[in-house]
Amino acid sequence: MSNVGRDTMLLTTPFHSRVEAMCDLNDWGNWMGYTTPNAYFDVELEYFAIRSTTGVFDLSPMNKYRVTGPDAARYLDRLITRDISKIGINRVGYAIWCDDNGQVMDDGTIFRLGEQDFRICSYQRADDWLAWNTLGFNVNIENESEAVAGLAVQGPTSCTVLTLLGCADLNQLKPFGITHYTFEGRPMMVSRTGFTGDLGYEVWVPPESAEALWDQLFELGRDYLIKPIGSYALELARIEAGFLQANVDFMPAEEIVRVGRSRSPFELGLGWLVDFSKPLFNGRTALLREQAKGSRYRFALLDVEGNKPAEHSFILKGDKQVGTVTSAAWCPTAKANIAYAQIEMPHGAVGDDLIAEIYYQRELHWTRLLAPCKVIDAPIFKSPKRWQTPAPPH
Amino acid sequence: MTDYDAVIIGAGHNGLVCAGYLAKAGKNVLVVDGRTEPGGCASTREFTPGFRVSDCAQWLSQFDQSIVKDLDLTGAGLSLGKPKATIALQPDSNHLILDGDTITGAGVDSADQTAYRDFKNMVRSFAKLMTTLYRSRPPKLVEQNWADRLTLMKLGLGLKLLGRERLRDLMRIVMINIYDVMNEHFANAAVKSAIALDAITGTNMGPRSPNTVYSYLHRATGEHLAQTGTTQVMGGMGALGQSLANAAEKRGATLRLGSPVTAIVKTDDRVTGVTLASGETISAKLVISSADPTTTFRNLLGYHQMEAGMARRVEHYRSRSGTAKLHLALSAVPNFKGLTEAQLTERLVITPSMDGMETALNPMKYRELSDLHTFDISIPTLEDPALAPAGQHVLSAIVHYVPYTPDIGWEAGKPQLLNQLLRELEVFAPGISELVIASDLAVPSDLEASHGMTGGSWHHGELSIDQALMMRPFPGSTQYATAVNGLYLCGAGAHPGGGLQGLPGRNAAKEILKQGALS
Repeated sequence: MSNVGRDTMLLTTPFHSRVEAMCDLNDWGNWMGYTTPNAYFDVELEYFAIRSTTGVFDLSPMNKYRVTGPDAARYLDRLITRDISKIGINRVGYAIWCDDNGQVMDDGTIFRLGEQDFRICSYQRADDWLAWNTLGFNVNIENESEAVAGLAVQGPTSCTVLTLLGCADLNQLKPFGITHYTFEGRPMMVSRTGFTGDLGYEVWVPPESAEALWDQLFELGRDYLIKPIGSYALELARIEAGFLQANVDFMPAEEIVRVGRSRSPFELGLGWLVDFSKPLFNGRTALLREQAKGSRYRFALLDVEGNKPAEHSFILKGDKQVGTVTSAAWCPTAKANIAYAQIEMPHGAVGDDLIAEIYYQRELHWTRLLAPCKVIDAPIFKSPKRWQTPAPPH
Repeated sequence: MTDYDAVIIGAGHNGLVCAGYLAKAGKNVLVVDGRTEPGGCASTREFTPGFRVSDCAQWLSQFDQSIVKDLDLTGAGLSLGKPKATIALQPDSNHLILDGDTITGAGVDSADQTAYRDFKNMVRSFAKLMTTLYRSRPPKLVEQNWADRLTLMKLGLGLKLLGRERLRDLMRIVMINIYDVMNEHFANAAVKSAIALDAITGTNMGPRSPNTVYSYLHRATGEHLAQTGTTQVMGGMGALGQSLANAAEKRGATLRLGSPVTAIVKTDDRVTGVTLASGETISAKLVISSADPTTTFRNLLGYHQMEAGMARRVEHYRSRSGTAKLHLALSAVPNFKGLTEAQLTERLVITPSMDGMETALNPMKYRELSDLHTFDISIPTLEDPALAPAGQHVLSAIVHYVPYTPDIGWEAGKPQLLNQLLRELEVFAPGISELVIASDLAVPSDLEASHGMTGGSWHHGELSIDQALMMRPFPGSTQYATAVNGLYLCGAGAHPGGGLQGLPGRNAAKEILKQGALS
């Protein structure tokens, strides 16, 4: 089975035949070189599948790197800003990694599969950086991006559907836990992780199992209103849930060509992932310096008045421009108009009153709107189901 | 409490200079080295019974005079020979003599002589500017620091004072190669290649390689730094090492020789000492390494103890060399065609034409032996007879280009190379082979092993613009402090680089004291 499409230079994922069959809108995008659906049938209905039933998202294009060898844990401990020893076996940790200047290169999840056996799941390609990091470590890095197919199965009925698929006792799995099953004679790994801020799982199988997995999921999930979801619906859910996206909310440090365009963890509101009690990790020296000197920017979650998404807006303090919006959406469940913004220090502290300069167009008529907004301390969408164990029945 | 204020790795000239200055400031300093004699590349070795030779560096021409004064090296036993002229030997025995600003012989005419004076004046003005930079810590370009700004302002003023023509010349030539610059200035082939030799000494570059103008100017700073001309050290170069050791010890520094450092110890996020081969650990507030950057960071500290970007920079740091040393024990004074015995005390060089030098470089690139070499010859026993039994002599030559490891291996390669070198010498010194009592050939890998220099690189890393000034050895570890807390550099891998100058050691000590890193 070739993963090169017939009429396109883009690659296709192991689920492509099924995705294509269900993509009624025929609305495709290019995600890291893969043909992926922007929307299957209706963005808002897809979004509500995530929030009310189950949405299925093909995340096979994510980059997966297997890290093994006697120094695997030490290697990762220097790579990421948090303490690897706090991620137990069969647990997943959200992590970021920085360059020596303390600038964020990417974020991702680290799956600890054994004492010295890990999988990094990252948005960006990281082959080069991971290879450079091996200097001085006895470690083996394998890019298994194409050897592992993945589906995000997210939403209130997701646990039920996956249990029907044969994932026994899945409701006992804690958030960020990993459990292993067999699907049609091949290994299937399920992690309680996701990008939607609700109860949800990610299912990882060899590419050979992909089509059968999709078929059975949709067959068994029919009564639970399982729906495929495209990138647009996921985008709404992740903004509502407060997740950052590389290349959208920050530029990966290694891709920066202009001075000052990269961001540190503190500038992205990710300081909680930086563990200075570790004596060494990439970026530590620079981040200590930044901590002492102060950051240039602050990441702010904005609750914007009105219902016009503040996409690409300038953020003003009085009439002075102090920032820009990186992501924005009207969030249907939270019923809030949310924006993520990069605000110049010292502005943007929680409670700060700012103005979003929003431009929107109706029938070629442009309107400029100065929408008051307030910096809030946490995402408005909070689902208790995300943290409950056993996973609540639907 | 730590055992010492600072442990200096390496009792080479820079390590000892640094120790001398720190001790002079009242700091409790220990210098450790695996070699049993002080001096590092400033070393004298008995290569065969009764015959001693400066077995690495053989000429002193750049040693900063302020160090001689500050540490009273003369009082500590340093004695220099007479300044040497350079005689570039020609196959027709009409030799070219370069002495100060005058050139004679080899068919040079008055136009050549004028061109030589003009060239020397130009080089002198550029080198003077570099000397100012060399005597201070390298300025960072972007950080708001007054000391750095002052250095940059001085540099800017110096550039302005060069005048428009000179400034234009400097900007034009510094990135090109010595081959093109020689062809611009001179018509006489002997003059061109004699000057070009100074641009490639200690490197793996040919006259047409970029960075050769920079390496030439680097050498030319010697005229301002040392003001001694090219000289030999009485007692061999090891006597310089010994005088530095004496000076440092007199001021309270402790030396432990024959004690190789096996590791730099890092505790939590800072370097706290060193481990010796004996297993002993010595603690100190600072560890200051005069070993080359690759040895310091890769071998002694270890890549796993630094951030990955830094490990990548260390891995990329270039330390290659095409330089070997030939040492001959001679039963009598050799006879060089067209030279008087008095002239044999001068610096004798043998170079093919610049094209010939470039051709001689090619086999080295492909790990082969060449059938053409350059020689930079010293017969130190004529001025310093104590280095050999009475009436007998030592010949020491810096030879280019020799591969690090030839494909045929050194076991087969060395005898072959030695024969080839003698054959080439015979052209200018007929009968010299019959005078040879013993010989010793130190190829780059030997120099690496004996003097702990990665790649056999005399300069502790190639002298190129991208590894110079505020980029030496690499960004993030300039100004003697490295990106690792508590670890400093004071060797030739730090600004202003290689050659027997002592400035990296002196500048590092001054910077450490100024920063208050030891208070």
